[in-house]
This record gives sequence, C-alpha cells and structure tokens, in this order.
Amino acid sequence: MAHSYTPGLRVTGNALLRRERRLPLQGDVLVSLGETVAPDTIVARTELPGNVQTVNLAAKLSSDPAKVATCLTTPIGSPVRKGDIIASVKSMFGLMTTTAEAPCDGVLESISTVTGQLIVREPPIPVEVEAYLQGVVVDVLPEEGVIIEAQGAFLQGIFGLGGETFGRIVVAVHAPDQELMPQDLKVEHRGCVVIGGAYVRYETLQRAREVGVAAIIVGGFDDADLKRLIGRDLGVAITGSEEIGFTLVLTEGFGHIPMAQRTWRLLGANAGRIASVSGATQIRAGVLRPEIVIPGDPGTAPAADASEGDLDVGSWVRVIRQPWFGRIGQVTSMPSALQMLETEAMVRVLTIRFADDAAEATVPRANIERIAD
Amino acid sequence: MKVIPDDIRSILATDCGSTTTKAVLIEKGPDGYRLVTRGEAPTTVEAPFEDVTRGVLNAVREVEELRGRKLLDGDRILSPQMGEEGVDLYLSTSSAGGGLQMMVSGLVKQMTGESAQRAALGAGAIVMDVMALNDGRKPYEKIRRLRQLRPDMILLSGGTDGGDTKRVIEMAELLAAADPKARLGAGYELPVIFAGNHDAQQVIRDTLGSRTALSVVDNLRPKLEQENLSPARDAIHDLFMEHVMAHAPGYKKLMSWSPVPIMPTPGAVGLIIEKVAQRDAMAVVGVDIGGATTDVFSVFAADSKGESATETVFNRTVSANLGMSYSVSNVMAEAGIENILRWVPFGVDEAELRNRIKNKMIRPTTIPQTLEDLVIEQAICREALRLSFEQHKALAVGLKGKQKQRDISEVLDQSSAGGTLVDVMALGLLVGSGGVLSHAPRRAQAMLMMIDAFLPEGVTELAVDSIFMTPQLGVLSTVHAEAATQVFERDCLVLLGACVAPVGAGRVGHACVQVQVAGAAPVSVPFGELRLLVLPANGRVALTITPERGFDVGAGKGKPLMRDVRGGVVGLVVDTRGRQPFVLPQDAAVRIDKLRAWNRALGLYAKEV
Repeated sequence: MAHSYTPGLRVTGNALLRRERRLPLQGDVLVSLGETVAPDTIVARTELPGNVQTVNLAAKLSSDPAKVATCLTTPIGSPVRKGDIIASVKSMFGLMTTTAEAPCDGVLESISTVTGQLIVREPPIPVEVEAYLQGVVVDVLPEEGVIIEAQGAFLQGIFGLGGETFGRIVVAVHAPDQELMPQDLKVEHRGCVVIGGAYVRYETLQRAREVGVAAIIVGGFDDADLKRLIGRDLGVAITGSEEIGFTLVLTEGFGHIPMAQRTWRLLGANAGRIASVSGATQIRAGVLRPEIVIPGDPGTAPAADASEGDLDVGSWVRVIRQPWFGRIGQVTSMPSALQMLETEAMVRVLTIRFADDAAEATVPRANIERIAD
Repeated sequence: MKVIPDDIRSILATDCGSTTTKAVLIEKGPDGYRLVTRGEAPTTVEAPFEDVTRGVLNAVREVEELRGRKLLDGDRILSPQMGEEGVDLYLSTSSAGGGLQMMVSGLVKQMTGESAQRAALGAGAIVMDVMALNDGRKPYEKIRRLRQLRPDMILLSGGTDGGDTKRVIEMAELLAAADPKARLGAGYELPVIFAGNHDAQQVIRDTLGSRTALSVVDNLRPKLEQENLSPARDAIHDLFMEHVMAHAPGYKKLMSWSPVPIMPTPGAVGLIIEKVAQRDAMAVVGVDIGGATTDVFSVFAADSKGESATETVFNRTVSANLGMSYSVSNVMAEAGIENILRWVPFGVDEAELRNRIKNKMIRPTTIPQTLEDLVIEQAICREALRLSFEQHKALAVGLKGKQKQRDISEVLDQSSAGGTLVDVMALGLLVGSGGVLSHAPRRAQAMLMMIDAFLPEGVTELAVDSIFMTPQLGVLSTVHAEAATQVFERDCLVLLGACVAPVGAGRVGHACVQVQVAGAAPVSVPFGELRLLVLPANGRVALTITPERGFDVGAGKGKPLMRDVRGGVVGLVVDTRGRQPFVLPQDAAVRIDKLRAWNRALGLYAKEV
C-alpha cells in the first residue's frame, strides 16, 4: 500500500472560511445578509434568563407552607429590589410582625405550597455575539445568529489558551528558531498579535500581559510554565475560557520547537494585517484546534489545501514523538509490511530523510504528521 | 424481531466508540462460534458527517473486504444470511459522543445520593455530578450547576417510602427552576427519572411533568437498609434508547438495523464480567483503560457482610478523566509526577517528562517508538489503573439491584468507611483491556502493570482481552449466551497466568514463601522479589503454597494453601515485594536497581532499560 492518510494541521495562504456565530438561545440578529462586518461587530444579542435564588419563606415566617402564599406582600410576577419586604406575617395577637426580604434584584417567580419555598429570578443576563472574523454575512439564522464568510490565510495551532481576540500582526523575532524574549515586547505591541519563534517562557508571557498584547503565536513552551500561567496542572485539553490577559497559540507543541517554515513565512508575509485568533482547544471527538485567520483580498481563489490528505513518497512530514520529536523531513519509502520497533511492537512505518542533516530514520506512521511542501 | 439462537449462523457486532467504530464478524463452524475477522473505522458522530452509521458501514466494509464476503447492500446491512451473503444477526453498543452522561441527586449524599450514583454507573453512565441536600452547596449554586451541565438524563432520588416528602419535592423544585437543557439538541425535553419516596410521586409529576420527559419508577432506596436499583437502571436503559440515542446523529437508522436494543458500551462490558464471575464462581475485577476514561467492574461475594455466600455484588465505576491519551495529562495531575517516576528504572528530567506527557495529550494517536518511551507510558498506565481502582473501591460499597436486607449499622459503616466490598484477597480473576494492556508488546508487561496497580493478594489469575471485543460480546450475551461465551473463551480472553502475593512485611532476602507447581520441585522465594515460574499454557495445575510465619496467602498467617489455577501464556508470578504495605525503596538508586531486577526476573523487555 503506497498511500496513507494522515491528518495534519491546516496552514494555508488562502482559504474560504465560514464561521457560525450563534446565540446560546433565541434572540435578535443585528446584521443582515450581505453585510460586511469587522471582528468586533456585534452580530446578535439576547438575554439569558437570570439566575435563581430561593427563599424558604415557610421557615423564615414560621408559617405553614400551604398558607405561605397568603403572606406575600408582593404578588408573584412582580419585580423586586434587593432588601424589599416581600412577605410578612403577624403573630402574638397581631403584636409581632415577621417579614422576609428579597435576596436580590429580580422578579418573584413562583412559590411552592408544599415546601414553602419562594423562587426569585435575578435580572436577565445580556449576551452578545461578535462577528470574530472580518468578512461578509452569508447566511442569517433567524433569531439565532449568522454565518460569516471570510477569505484569507488560515493557520491551525496545536494547542492554545484564552478565547477569541483580534489584532494587527507583528513579528517580534528574526527567525523561527529564536526564543521570544521579554525585551522583544514593546509598548506599541499593545492590542497586537505578536509572532514569536520557537519558544516563550513564563517571564515573557508576564511581560505580554503587562504590555497588553492581544495574542502570542509561538512554536512551543513548557508545561511547567503552563502550570504557573493558569495556576494548576491542566488535566484535560479543553481550553478557551482561561483569563490570562491574552490568547496564546502554540503552533508546534510543548518544549523548544522551531516554528514550521511555512507557518513562519505565512505569518511574516501577513505582518501588519488584522488577524482573528482563538486559543480554544478541545482534543476529543470533534477536535477543536486553536486558529489564526487573516482575511485577505476578496476575489482570490482559495488555494488547494496542502497540509492534509494522502501521504506518499516525497511528502513532507514532521515527527511528533520521541526520539525525533519536532524534526522535519521527506518520506523516502512506505513499506507495506509491519515492522518491529525497538519496543517490539509490530507497526506500520515509513522512512524519512531529515531536511537538516539528510540522515534517514524509520518512524511509525502514527508518529508523523503531514506538513505542506 | 425475536432472536432464535439456534437459527443464528453469523453475527455482526459493532461498538461505536468515541473515536473508533469496531466491527467483529462471528461465524458458526463445526466447533461452534468463532470470531473470524474484525475491522475498524473512525466514528462519525461529529461534524462533518454527523451520522454514526457512516462509521459503522466503513468498519463493516473493512470486515467485508478481509473476509471476502458480502455483508452490505449499499448503505444497508444484509440480513438474514442468504447463502454466503449477509448475517443473521446484527447488534451494536455505543459510547460515541461521550457516552451516556447523567446527573443524579439524592437527599443525603452518602445514602440516596450514593445509591443513585451506583444505579447510574451500573447502567453504563458517566456521572457528571451528584447533588444532595447536604452537599455543601447553596440552592442557587445547585441551580447554576444544573444549568451549566447539559446532561443526557437526570436521576432524581431521595427519601424512603412513607417518609418525609418535603425535602424530595424541594430538590424537584430546584430542578424545575433551573430548567436544564438536554445535551443533544435543544428540541426535546430532558429525560428525568424519579426513583424516590413513592409518597412524593404525584407532586413530582405536578412539578416536573410538564417541563421534562419524566419517568416515575420504584424507589431505589425504599428503606434505609434496602437498595433496589433495578427499576431505575431499567428506566435509564429505556430512556437512553428512546431519548438520547434517538436524538444522536444517525442512531435512529442504526437502531432500525438491529433487533436488539443498542447498549451503552460499559453496560455491555459489565454484563460479561458478571457472567464470568457467575460461571466460575469467583470474585472478578475487570478494567478497561481507554484514551479518555477508565472503567472498573467488580463482582465480589457478599459473604463477608454476613449474607449468603452465593450472593454477589456487582459494581462499576468510571474514572472519566483517567486515560492514556486525551486524559494522560490528568493522570499526571492526579497521581503526581513523583508517583509516575517511581515506576521508571532510569533517571528522567521532570520538565522534559511534563512536556512529553503534554505532547501525548495534544497528539493522542502517537505510539512509543523507543523502549524508554514505552516504559514511561507503562508507568503512567500503572498510576491510571491504581487511581481508578481506588475510586472504584471508594464506591463499590453497594448492594446488587435486587432487594436485599442489611441492618442499619452496616449502612452507616458503608457510608463512613467505604470500600468494604472489594476484598483483594478474595479476588479470583483480574481481567484487563484497552490498548496499553491488550497491545503491550510482551504479555508479561500487561501482567506486571496490573499486578503493580491492583496489588492482588493471595492467589489471583490474570487475563487480558485480546482485541477489546467484550462490549460486542456483552450485548450478544443478552440474546445468545452460548455464542458470546464460546467467542469470549476462545478468541477474546487471553489467560496470562496467576500471581501469588503473600500479605505481610519482611526484611529483604529473608524467607517469605515456598511455592510448588504440581510436577515440579518446590521453589523458595525470599522477601522483596519477583519470580516467574512456568505454568502450562492451557489447562489447570495444582499449587501448594507455604508462607512463612507472619505471611498470609489466603489461609491465614503462616498457613499453607492448596489451590488449582489455570495456566497462561506468561506463567506464575510469585510476588514477595510485600502487601499491606507495598513499599518501593525511597532511595532512587536502590529503587532503580530493584525495578531492573524485577524486570529481568519477568523478562519484561528485550533489553535492560
């Protein structure tokens, strides 16, 4: 078998992308079909029902739950302010009055005659959805949201932190194998998407937070620094909601790994443009990888996506596990028979000639990913 | 359609996992039912396919090609078998899309909360949260949690029959106020099962009937000293089919292909483990370690609780975030890096190890290429198994679903102490499955990983599932027990051998135990060693085990034990490294020397690492 299919991360100069921007529940769509939007255009808005608080009126008023509804001084459905008297009962031949207050601003929603429990609903929580991409509204989902279409460069990272953001691309190092240092981050990088090289460490990320950069794109960083950054060991790769002050995208993985040439060149060629970046990562069924989208000139036909598909002799690949983790080379053969590894496992392999020293190596097919030529 | 076992000549069974759909083809030959081939393909529940049957058809197509036999007619499984085409029976299990995710609630966390949890776990669910009046959360926090999580189903329990109804209704009111949404699509009502105080049933109907797809079943804790899980478990299975599966992409079509209801994968594995325990009349622990989760199943005799020796207790737990790829980083987070490193017989830079583990998490399909990498992965596996077993012991304290009695002191004992039902000394068979165990390059590696993680005591047989087909055999056992048993014995279960582990502590090098395999000379093994003795690959063999004073192999301290064990492909491992406690040397150099000596003793690796 000469062919093999191996998924890789997409890195392409011209892709046609669609992103669904949907409210968590029904609301108002604020833009119309064909409208051009910026990343921060609010495209839909709604209000989430407020949180609920409970008041045990029966206990508070020392009253029978079945009769507690008669003690309400404000009818069900009425708006209340925190501290308002909402129920009262007289005792000791009318000499004593016991009252209950609203625990929060909201509306009295219901009262139970079985438990004597009053439900107070807090004010609705406004939710807005931004366009995220600079593009055009190509579909309107009535009362739910829109689909935005954008054309331009599209790069997937392998792991990210933080949510959606956008900013102008600035390349802050000279080479893809260079470490991004604290002094590389300048005040004028505030709100920018900063491209580093192979590696970033915690001190530089702290500097990024001080400067107020929108995002850092870099080859790799250390897990020990990830722990310092988010304050815990990350157990499962579900990210995107971290509040670390910026969005971080790793293009290669954990450790000091030079950014792939194609990624580096593509980002460099787009310096000065506005990029939308998301750090959200979810590595389980329905894999979600972090992404960088750089809308380009409309009208250019999207390029064929060279980063995934058939793997064959001559394909460029990256090794994604020890002992050659991170090294790049070209496939020289793809034997069909299973071969025994040092571990004694019998697996399908391929041979690679590394780009840097022309050395040959045999690698399990599971341990490579296809990269663009 | 009713399945008539005698008419079945061929069976096609699939398991739709979260990443891979696996198909097996079983055919009836002159010597009974045998597995003839298997195939697999990526699961297609998620976008862009959003139709589980695509993955099923792809996996079946691979089986078709490998067997050279037509099984499909376009996008349809040919059934019944006509000549050499098609199969007589098709069935499936599923854990795709994250399996069955449930939230349960009870009044007292350690009582009805725990019972509800056992009912859900036993039915094959992942329990996302256990809510109870005494769980320390304020009502608004519970409501917020209910709204955040989007479970497939909620099991509401609480109160003994005839007891106070107010508190049970209060939980239902919180649920109604939260108005939680189902995970798969907003277009249908969330299934809720009420299995609490029967006096509260009508009010529960009034409170939740119009807002949820409510099912009311018998109380799972009708009395404090009585647990009755079957009605709740059956309702979970029914609702899983009616609501959850019916709304998952493509499942309606898949359900129409099979006369047998689709089962949650862990529920099917549990069935097989129960059946093995019944047939062999022994305590069994099964473990399935996957990429994201690890399931532990156990069946123990309940005689230690003063109940009939023939009564058994089945328990299943799932450690939702302990696994070898997606969750590998969480094993490190929960176990601590030092606990992983204690199993590694060479020095490793901690920062480098952290990065390696994270790289496995973000690229979960990679495999170890170097021996060192394999050793590290197997060290992580030991810790994942150990933690999963600890979680299992903490919850495996319940009674079987059918009604059984115990007194109030036992109830309180179980709630406070926990783990009282898992008696490692009584464990007869330990079965492992999942890639890291089933595909370990040497079977001895799988055996030692399980011994190190579960620390069996006395005499215990060990086995692995050769290709992880227990789910398919579990669902098959519900309609064709004979075929399921035959394939399980011949093609699924690989007996590794047995482990003899004296309980007690001693000084390294001092006398510990003498073991005689029938027909061979007795072998004395001093304390602090691992020794491998030859067993026949098949059949049974008698062992005579004579422990030194202070050591117990099951008959009491210093008392000899005669025991028959089944042979296996690895042999008999005599483990005198100590139990209660089992301690690895603190000094790194001494520990590494010991680990290397033990690895050599079992011929664990092709060369020393």
